[in-house]
Amino acid sequence: MSTRHPLTSAEVLQVAGLARLELSEEEVETFTAQLGSILAHADDIASLDLGGLQPMAHPFDIENVFRPDTVTPTLERDELLSQAPAVERNRFKVGRILGEAP
Amino acid sequence: MTDSVLTIASEVRSGTRTAAATIRASLDAIAARDDELHAFLYVDDLGARAAAIVVDAAVEAGRDPGPLAGVPVALKDNLCVRGVATTCGSKILDGWKPPYTATVIERLVAAGAIPIGKTNLDEFAMGSSTENSAFGPSRNPHDPSKVPGGSSGGSAVAVAAGYVPVALGSDTGGSIRQPAAFCGLVGYKPTYGHVSRYGLVAFSSSLDQIGPFTNTVADAALISTVICGHDPADSTSLADGYPDLLGALDRGVSGLRVGLCSDLLNGADEEIVAKVRAAAQVLAAAGAEIIDIAIPELRLGLSAYYLLAPAEASSNLARYDGVRFGLRVEREDVAAMNVATRTAGFGAEVKRRIMLGTYALSAGYYDAYYGQAQKTRRLITNALNAAYTSVDVLLGATTPTTAFGFGDKVADPMSMYLSDLFTIPTNLAGHPALSVPFGVGATGMPIGVQILAPGRRDDLLFQVGAVLENGAPA
Repeated sequence: MSTRHPLTSAEVLQVAGLARLELSEEEVETFTAQLGSILAHADDIASLDLGGLQPMAHPFDIENVFRPDTVTPTLERDELLSQAPAVERNRFKVGRILGEAP
Repeated sequence: MTDSVLTIASEVRSGTRTAAATIRASLDAIAARDDELHAFLYVDDLGARAAAIVVDAAVEAGRDPGPLAGVPVALKDNLCVRGVATTCGSKILDGWKPPYTATVIERLVAAGAIPIGKTNLDEFAMGSSTENSAFGPSRNPHDPSKVPGGSSGGSAVAVAAGYVPVALGSDTGGSIRQPAAFCGLVGYKPTYGHVSRYGLVAFSSSLDQIGPFTNTVADAALISTVICGHDPADSTSLADGYPDLLGALDRGVSGLRVGLCSDLLNGADEEIVAKVRAAAQVLAAAGAEIIDIAIPELRLGLSAYYLLAPAEASSNLARYDGVRFGLRVEREDVAAMNVATRTAGFGAEVKRRIMLGTYALSAGYYDAYYGQAQKTRRLITNALNAAYTSVDVLLGATTPTTAFGFGDKVADPMSMYLSDLFTIPTNLAGHPALSVPFGVGATGMPIGVQILAPGRRDDLLFQVGAVLENGAPA
């Protein structure tokens, strides 16, 4: 089951990109060592034969939870918008979304 | 404040003391010592005084002020109060004021309790010492050169320093029980689904649970009776089947089968093992049957937890993108703004866990890490449930060591994570557990013993906890 190999700094950089984080060269080095040691600890479960067990995502088996379709108070729009870094005409305002073609 | 929740509430209700004087004493205690201990990130001086006046007016007018009348309560700063800054110990929530209040706080206030402030924590509840707070660590009142534990360290300090008789924390892998043990308090992690998570900022949604810190087992039962119960706003909240915690306090342990669990002891310091064995003797003297039991699967909890919790965190913390609330570091386009905001706003431990979770969930590693951890979670839960066919509760250590020094475990995250070895399995199973103070170690630092019970049998914890409390070394 174990597909482990030592974590590389290239992988750490790739994961940081997926997680929308920027790392300094020094951080890449530190995190590579630290994350590698945490993943190495997980070797004790990576090698277990757990084929017969159902993955467990939650303590209790919960089915979909429904409520009656009745109108109830919701959060105040103005109060929510007051927390935003930038707002324009009752909308969250951000910078450019589409970049130049690569 | 050494008075219990029970004493304060009954005296305020009967008019022999006022809520105003109680709050004043609490604020004075905070002012006297919290520059040093740093339990609080925010003290709501005016709000607490105003709430006290309302409680006292109710008493004077002959109206019922509620079962927790005038009781000052401290709140971990990942619990939302509408209009009051909530930081989660992070710079990324800088200036954020939640637009709603957590259900637990609504319930406490409806019962007459008075929120007095927000307490320090490891950033987004990720840590075991409060050293990961963006606002600096809290200090252990028993020895300010030691950590108070974490992540709910500020809440533990607030009670242990005598500021308040009760504080709320959240426990994802031990974040209530570990600081309770380090600070000499009762710490209770309820069955998953017993306490609404509405208004608790999410870390790992399938593991997080809110619970109290108190000086006594009875106070923990009283507070929990108020905060437990179904909440339509939390779809994981259990609809029914809540046990009677207060009624369990006087039940005794005669005939109860207590599993003294080697896998909740091995790896703990000798002085802690000795205290757990002494606790077993107290229970035996009270009529319990002590049964030695091994559950080797529990040892796998640490690895499973440190894949599952970061995986859920990496998803939950994706919402901090600089768009709708909190910090924004402006850049020309949105993607660069997201990256700049998150890079500036999150501390090292949060980044570590987000990356670990992202990695465990990424294509090629999902089955080997996340999937395997989910199966291990099932394995551990099955093993615990199997153990509960031969014993009623389990007894073990809460922590492998007593409170450690600042900086001792910062450079090596894995050594910090080992603090959670004995507390993690119950979170994975969704079961309840209680840490009860049981004497001190050689250096005078408190030691906690831990009781574990099957899901929804939280009453057993209080049944056993009350006996242990009576028999604990002075």
